[in-house]
Amino acid sequence: MIKEILNARRLLCPLPVIRTQDKVKLLAVGDQLEVVCTDPGVMQDIPAWCRINGHTILETRSDDGEYTIILQVGA
Amino acid sequence: MLAAKTVMDQGVHVEGINFFTGFCVEGHTHAIRGQNKAKPKRNNALWVAEQLGIKLHIVDVIEEYKKVLINPKHGYGAHLNPCLDCKIFMVNKAKQWATENGFDFIITGEVIGQRPMSQRKWTMPIIAEQSGADDLLLRPLCAKYLPETLPEREGWVDREKLHDITGRSRKPQFAMAAAMGFEDFAQPAGGCCFLTDASYSAKLVDLWKSHDGRKDYELDDIMLLKVGRHIRPKQNFKVIIAREEGEGRFMEGYKKDFISLRASSHTGPWSLIDGNVDAEDIYTAARIVARYGHGKDAEQVDMVIMQPDGSEREIHVKPFTADEIPQAWFI
Repeated sequence: MIKEILNARRLLCPLPVIRTQDKVKLLAVGDQLEVVCTDPGVMQDIPAWCRINGHTILETRSDDGEYTIILQVGA
Repeated sequence: MLAAKTVMDQGVHVEGINFFTGFCVEGHTHAIRGQNKAKPKRNNALWVAEQLGIKLHIVDVIEEYKKVLINPKHGYGAHLNPCLDCKIFMVNKAKQWATENGFDFIITGEVIGQRPMSQRKWTMPIIAEQSGADDLLLRPLCAKYLPETLPEREGWVDREKLHDITGRSRKPQFAMAAAMGFEDFAQPAGGCCFLTDASYSAKLVDLWKSHDGRKDYELDDIMLLKVGRHIRPKQNFKVIIAREEGEGRFMEGYKKDFISLRASSHTGPWSLIDGNVDAEDIYTAARIVARYGHGKDAEQVDMVIMQPDGSEREIHVKPFTADEIPQAWFI
């Protein structure tokens, strides 16, 4: 299993979602991706995108203006 | 949403495609400014896909969209909105995507007469033809007023179960949404693109003028046009002043790209200088920014000037009065 980090700081939605979508295409089922953003909108959008596309949110957290989402790639 | 549901109800597998041009207005853009806190900050395309239970593919077309905006064959609308060219471009991209991904035809939510530029009886065939989609393009909401398309002729969809909506009123769509069991829906189109906004368009024109008339832009340019007050005292530079804390936080992300200013003796907004400036320009910018802080009536405000390399220095300025900032400076 691969664990990758995606820096999506300073990008406004939907760009963090697009970057996440593009990155996930390169990963395999079961891989994990940690997405680090500064747009609070990702806390709604990336989980919504994951629900639609069958990926699992493992963790979300926010700290000092940064929002981190860890997802696991689904089938 | 309604067009997709209409076709899905006939047993057709539908997936959504959403193009990001850089000019899209979404809840989060407003969220930068902390406006409409009571409203859900959602991406409508994702939300609609989830309501329908379909996949959504969001496609970054920022670079390709430049040629649509800069040189629209069919011209602009009331502002810098190239609606007809935009529609042709997006249907063309959708057709490419459909071909590459094994889909048979394209549907849109277009309605004849809904929009003054891009959704009129005479524009419908232009979009179909110039996008290259031709009769692969089905508009389920107004299909009964249009010639039969391939999916109808082939029997993939039943034309009798398609609709006959026309005109600007959204009442038929609201009724249809209720009949389909949708209690909530995305706001109707029109306010979804910054290019239809007079203030935003004026800032984009100003940006091009500052590039010696060259109609070009980078993503950061057009993002920054969405935030702050933009004041141009001279051709060679403008000052962008955050209007509230959310904008300030967003603009702080650009401190490695621009000279930043902020008052140190008083509470004041985060600000950026866009352009090549000398010491006198920075002094002018600082007097402008001081005007928008709590020290606006003070004899002196201390301003910190932060260079992109992180170095800082402090200068002392007397804030401009309201009358000292000419209206012509405001973009």
